[in-house]
Amino acid sequence: MPRYFTEEHEWIDVDGDIATVGITDFAQGQLGDIVFVEVPDTGAELSKGGDAAVVESVKAASDVYAPVDGTVTEGNGQLEEDPALVNSDPEGEGWFFRMTLGDKSQLDGLMDAAAYKVFCDTL
Amino acid sequence: MTDTEFTGDEAAIETETLPLDAWHRAKGGRMVEFAGYWMPIQYEGIMAEHLWVRENAGLFDVSHMGQLALSGDDVAAALEALVPGDISALKPGRMRYSLLLGEDGGILDDLMITNEGDQYGIVVNGAVKWEDIGHLRENLPDDITLNHNEDYGLLALQGPKAVDALVRLVPEAADLVFMQATRATWAGHAIALSRSGYTGEDGFEISLPNEALTAFADALCAMDEVKPIGLGARDSLRLEAGLPLYGHDLTPAIDPAEADLGFAISKRRRAEENFPGAARILGHLEDGPPQKRVGLLVDGKLPVREGAKLFDGEDEIGVVTSGGFAPSVGAPIAMGYVPTGLSTPGTAVAAEVRGKRVPCTVAAMPFVPHNYVRKTGG
Repeated sequence: MPRYFTEEHEWIDVDGDIATVGITDFAQGQLGDIVFVEVPDTGAELSKGGDAAVVESVKAASDVYAPVDGTVTEGNGQLEEDPALVNSDPEGEGWFFRMTLGDKSQLDGLMDAAAYKVFCDTL
Repeated sequence: MTDTEFTGDEAAIETETLPLDAWHRAKGGRMVEFAGYWMPIQYEGIMAEHLWVRENAGLFDVSHMGQLALSGDDVAAALEALVPGDISALKPGRMRYSLLLGEDGGILDDLMITNEGDQYGIVVNGAVKWEDIGHLRENLPDDITLNHNEDYGLLALQGPKAVDALVRLVPEAADLVFMQATRATWAGHAIALSRSGYTGEDGFEISLPNEALTAFADALCAMDEVKPIGLGARDSLRLEAGLPLYGHDLTPAIDPAEADLGFAISKRRRAEENFPGAARILGHLEDGPPQKRVGLLVDGKLPVREGAKLFDGEDEIGVVTSGGFAPSVGAPIAMGYVPTGLSTPGTAVAAEVRGKRVPCTVAAMPFVPHNYVRKTGG
């Protein structure tokens, strides 16, 4: 299952026509203690670069953008009860939402793990 | 993702470094721009640092604040023309919270005034220190000397174990109670300390020469009780303590009655009616101000932050001026302004966050009880 990364510090796992989206370990480290996550409703239409979710740390609210176009199929309900999952397992149990892939060609512009690591090292 | 706070308000002016800059970075501090300086927002994490201070002792670098000194004849009387406190009654070795007021009674800054015996020490907020200095120079008589002590840094050691740690370095710390100050010597350096702070906990603020800061911070952080604490926890601690933050909860548009800081207007000054904006402020204290600063307990987990509008039913009634997750409360809390008629604790209001209405309840402050030491030998 290929994993892609964005410059906005989201990761995207692609399984057929469905993508799972979360924020990276680097991102959670920058944000610090996560106290609230607002995931999109099932059925929400997302467009690449538009607001998709909100993650709130102790100090600030940050937007999470849609990495590609698509329709939300599921939000991670566990984050409502336990937002700290984003800190403890950001690239696993702390996923944010799943969505359909409206335009697979949009994946072409994203980074793989190696490229994302290089990207983070430059920040 | 984009951060919406602690970014570049002062980006136009070159950000300066504080004397402990390298020390913060070596301790793992994440540096952000604040009040024109690079300052640590956190080291290991805001939540852990916050809770550490409530149980142990935390060291804060607040060297961005302005340390001023006024000397000359009748300094107290001259200062009283600009602030509403009874400065003449302030005995040597005592300090008082006061407010720098504009002509119309609006709050230009909140500050601490200490009678140091031979001079009055004033600690003002970093973000407005240059404006304060200008205001003081312009409005104080020419024969009063105003000194801005940039050769000294300021550290705060806060928490229930602060006294245990500090007395090992400065035995005089044990002799002070809340809002008392003294001078002392540490490792040959002339220092000043007061039992005061901005967390609601017992603690001290220590002023010492820039060249002594690193060694002093190292000596404290070598102790088991002490960890360095960043600006993030400083903000959440003061919010839980119900203490306003200048530039957010207090502004030049707000007077002390609205800010619910009536305690800072001394009895004698009320009788004399001779401080800036006295007519407005005394009228507001007498009849109730149109709006009042209140605490808000937030229902649920969604943090309500600065700028959120407040509603009573469909009516927009006020605004949140500070807010966030409160680690010791375990829930979001906020501070804001509502009409005085809706300022009674228990009143239900709603805050608007991203188009949603979040139920809130007006709450008495502090949210976490103060833990000040008012008698020695306890």
